[in-house]
Parts: sequence; structure tokens; C-alpha cells
Amino acid sequence: MNARESTLRIGLVYPEILGTYGDRGNALIIAQRAQRRGIAAEIIEIYAREPISSGLDFYLLGGGEDDSQHIAARSLQESRSALIEAHNTGAVIVAVCAGFQLLGHSYEAADGSLLEGIGLIDMITRAGANRSIGEVVIEAEPSPNWGTAGPPPLITGFENHGGRTQLGQGVVPLGQVKVGTGNGNGGDGVLGERLLGTYLHGPVLARNPVLADRVLSWVVGPLEEIDDSLERRLHDECLSRGSAQGVKRWWQNRMLARG
Amino acid sequence: MTSLRTRVAISSGRMAGAVSRLTGRGQGATISGRVMNAIAPNLLRDSAQSQKVIIVSSTNGKTTTTRLLVDALAESDFPIITNATGANLASGIAPVLAGAKRTGLAILEVDERVVSKVIDPLNPVLLVLGNLSRDQLDRYGEVHAVSAAWRKLFLAKPSLAVIANSSDPNIVWAASPGTVTWVALGRSWREDANTCPSCGRLLEWTNDSYDCPIDNGGCGFTQPEAVAHLKFSEDKNESATLLIQETSHELRLALPGKWNLANAALAVVAANSFGVTPKQAIALMAAVTNVAGRNMKLPLGDGRNAQVLLAKNPAGWTEVLQYLSPRSTQVVVAVNARVADGKDTSWLYDVPYQLLRGHSVAAAGERCLDVAVRLNAEDLNPIIDSDPIAAARRLKGDDITIVASYTQFSALYDKYRKSKP
Repeated sequence: MNARESTLRIGLVYPEILGTYGDRGNALIIAQRAQRRGIAAEIIEIYAREPISSGLDFYLLGGGEDDSQHIAARSLQESRSALIEAHNTGAVIVAVCAGFQLLGHSYEAADGSLLEGIGLIDMITRAGANRSIGEVVIEAEPSPNWGTAGPPPLITGFENHGGRTQLGQGVVPLGQVKVGTGNGNGGDGVLGERLLGTYLHGPVLARNPVLADRVLSWVVGPLEEIDDSLERRLHDECLSRGSAQGVKRWWQNRMLARG
Repeated sequence: MTSLRTRVAISSGRMAGAVSRLTGRGQGATISGRVMNAIAPNLLRDSAQSQKVIIVSSTNGKTTTTRLLVDALAESDFPIITNATGANLASGIAPVLAGAKRTGLAILEVDERVVSKVIDPLNPVLLVLGNLSRDQLDRYGEVHAVSAAWRKLFLAKPSLAVIANSSDPNIVWAASPGTVTWVALGRSWREDANTCPSCGRLLEWTNDSYDCPIDNGGCGFTQPEAVAHLKFSEDKNESATLLIQETSHELRLALPGKWNLANAALAVVAANSFGVTPKQAIALMAAVTNVAGRNMKLPLGDGRNAQVLLAKNPAGWTEVLQYLSPRSTQVVVAVNARVADGKDTSWLYDVPYQLLRGHSVAAAGERCLDVAVRLNAEDLNPIIDSDPIAAARRLKGDDITIVASYTQFSALYDKYRKSKP
């Protein structure tokens, strides 16, 4: 049983500008999976004009357009210490795409402009020559950060970005990319202590119920089983679509290589 | 007259498009355009020469606005040609123009991405621009890019006449260098207009208007003064008042929802510029009940009919859900994720499906599991069936609405046409 007195507070950071790709769904999924276990949860939207308070349990950042990412970068600088303090004192951060990039040291945009990140993660991102668009399949990295339950099964998502992210020495990716691009060098995202960064939309926690539970357990501890057969069916269906696309791409690349 | 070269170009282009679709390489529009262009490079230009072209473009509502404008102008003296089937790429427009027998008006719906490519050859007398919002982000890219591309057209040709929606910042940014008649349509979807299209700062919204105040470090970009204003009535959005200068006109349609009243308002102002009075235009448009299947009554095969609506993206869905929410209808949400729908279904989480609480719902389409998980996240507990008609038959009652994404909708429209004697 999950003995938890207080309501889970899920912060959706800058939904008006980091909300272009449906990533607000991650907040909804965390709240719902908590509620289905009798844990009260509320979603708190934090707009870019407001400071981020450090008292929440989750901070979720999503993907956005270029102009939006500039504004998000400036606003995050002002709330940098609050966010880092929240994370150091037990809060979970889940960041996707543009929001993920801003957790690193910097993001160099396609027009050459340099956005300063908050440096929570030792990594830098540059805009690549091409946009990576399509299904992604990731094998989660084994890591003590997953907790006693261990890594989740294969992760599925949809990427749509031009970023190429270089992780610093010793920084662990979320996993190894089996299909798709991710960070652009074999891995995708970042897995830290109570920290998940990724390029995957879908939203990623809607498509990956076990991953969603790992993230939830980072705050509430071990979770009781619930009937999530529907969510698991979606996960399996997305994985088979992702693998089929992977095989198709592999075949196309082979044909191209042959000339 | 249609030359042999034109006919060969069109049929070869169509064939190349069909081959592209059949082999799964693409949708066929690009290749068919290229083939046509290779055989008859001036096809569009030559065939458009004898016509006064009106281009209608928008993320949502272009097919309906085009149709309403065609009907509004039906009793004028101009012979009219139009791409009524929604074939809105260069390859779809060319055959319509080439088939014209007389000089007249060509009222053409044009895909947002294609406007820049066809504007020179078509040399339009008028553009009608409705709204821009996120749609098929995997294929089309982000909204600001479309707005910026349109703006370039007007910067290059400031004399270009345009009737445009002043309530949409992305439309205003695009059209303002042109010769504009602004129509204030109001707007319920703002999620793609939170930043200033001019300087990139956060835009300030108050009720229905917006600006980027200079005293706050902004650039002064603001909502322009409109010559026509649309005000919705409170009676479940079934009617509206269109105020043109000092005169108000009551707008009532057979087509449902606020979004169609907005489409109609643009069409009234556009028709007015060709000498049709608002009163005449409104009367003619009121008779339209079904536009290329939108709002069709589809037999379910069990004695009941379902109303079928198209919704392709979060802005369109938001309008449709606001319309359905106060009504006692059961709802099928039918979504595919083919190329023409956008392959990423993440956008389902940008749609306020919580508006369906209290309705019985079903998740349908090739992506019915994505839909079901989304609806479940709002505790809606849907029936799940990939076939939208089978899903509708499992819902109780006589009032059933199927809301379908683009390719699902097209399949249902094919069924509807076959069901008609």
C-alpha cells in the first residue's frame, strides 16, 4: 500500500511555450497512475512569466518551437536555482526535446545563436543538418537509478527534432537507440537520479506505462499493481510499429549503400 | 482551350502520383507536380490566364470557406470554377483550371504549404486567409514557418488584395504587408500564438485581442482594426452577428458550430468585394448542408444515422468538442496516423477531451489504442473498435456523432457516396 498523506504536486513548466508536441500528456499520465492507486495528485501549470517555486514533487518540461525555446531559456535562467534546489531535495524532473536541451550547458541553434541552459546535466546540444522525424525504439540503460524494480522494457516514442546532444564523461543516457536518432550518437536522452531527459514524444509516459511507474515511484516508492492492460497493449503496438519502421529504414539504407 | 500538351502533362502527372502512392514512396503530390512541370512548364500560368483567381487558404476551414464563397457568388454574373473535392495541391488545381471553358472566376482552396509555390503562376486577384495552427508537425513543421513564408509573398507584392482574420496573430503577421481587409473572427485556440510572430516575446492576450506592448520591451505588434466583426450568440453557438462597418447581419447556417460561422463570415466579406450584398450571400450560404462530406448523415446500417464531422488537429478538435459538449450526443473519436493525418499522435494530448465527460464515447480508427489511452486519461472509459461504424453501432441512442481525422473521414465519405443511390 502507498501510505501517502499529501497530494502529489505535478508542475507543468511553461505549457504555453513548451507545449507544442503534446508533452503535457506526461503530467496527465503521472497524475492518473497515482490516482488509480488512491494517491491524490494535482497538475500545476507554471507560466513563463512566473518564477518556478521549489516546493513541487515533479517538474515536467516539453518540446516547443524555436522562438519559444529562446523565451523558455531566459525564463529558466531566472528560476535556475529554485529548480536545481527542488531536484536536490527530492523532486523528479522529466524533460522532453527542447525542454531536455535546456537542462544542459548550452544549445546552439541552427541560426548560430547560443542559448544558455541551466547546466543541471553535463551536456551540450547543437542543431544538426537534418531533422530526425519518426518512430523510435530504445533499450533502457541498466542503472541503479531505476530503483529496485530495475530498468523498464523497451521504450517507444516519436521524435521530431534537429538537436544533436553530446553527453559529458560519465553521464548516462536513458538508453541505447535501436530505431531512430535520439541524441545522434547511439544513445537517447539522459538518466540520472530522479531525472529523465529524452527526445521522445508520444507522449513518452503514455506509450510506456512501466516507465511512467518508475518515474512515479521515484517520489512515492514501490507501487501496487493496477490493471493497465490497455496501456500495455498500446505499448506493444507502438513497439511493433517502431520495429517495422526500423526494418524498413535498414532496408532502404542498404539499397542506397548498394547504389 | 486545353492543348494536347496540357492534357498529356496532367495525365502523366496523375499517373506518376498514383505510382508514388501505390509503391508507398509518398503521397504523390510532389512527383505529380514535377512531372507536369517537366512536360508543360507553364501549365498553371497558361491555364490561369483566362481566370480571375481567388485563393482560399487556412489550416482549418479552407474547403468549407471555398464552398460557401462559391455558393455566395452563384447568382453573380461570373462563371465559376472550383476544386470542390479538396484537391488543393498544384497537381489538383491544374486540371480544374485547364478544364475551364470560359473566362470567369476560379475559386481555389490551396494547401498552406503550396500557396507560395502557386502564387506567381496563378496571379490571384484576392487571397482569403483564415487561421494557422499546429497540424501534422512531422510533415509540415512548425506554425511560424508558414506564417513567415506567406509574409514574404506580401512583402514582395504589397498591392496583393487579401481578406484576412485579424484575430489570429500568425495570419496578421503574414498578411499585414499586403492590401488587407481585416475581419475579426474571434478565436478559441491560442496555443500557437503565445509568442509574438514579429519579435518572439510573449504576446499579451486580453479576451479576444492581443498585443506586444512597447512599454514592456515589446515591438508594438497588435491586433489591427477590422472592418467586420463576428459576434457569436449565446444560444449554443447556432448563430452569430456579423457587423460590417455600421450594419449588423444575422448569420445562421445549416452547417454546425462556431467554426463554420467564422468560415461564412470570411466568405460574406469576400463575396461583398465582388458586388454580392451580405444579405444575398448569407441567404445563399444558409442552404449549404454538407461540404465534401463534412456534416454528412451516414447510415449505420441499423436504421440509425451518424452525423460525421472532420477534425484534423488540436484547434479543429477544440472547436468541435466545444460544439458537442453541451449536446446530448454520443461520440466516436476516429483517428488514423497516415501521412496525411500526421504520423505522430502526440497531439491527442493537446485536445481537451475532458469536454466529453458525461457522454458515451468510443475510440476508433487505425490508432484506436492511442485514442483509448488518451480518453482513459480523462476517465472516459471508451468502447474500443478500430472500425468507426462498428464502434458507432455499439453506442446507444439516436444521436451519434463520429468525429474523424483526415484519412478516416475520407474513407467514411467514400462509404457515404456509395450509400447514395
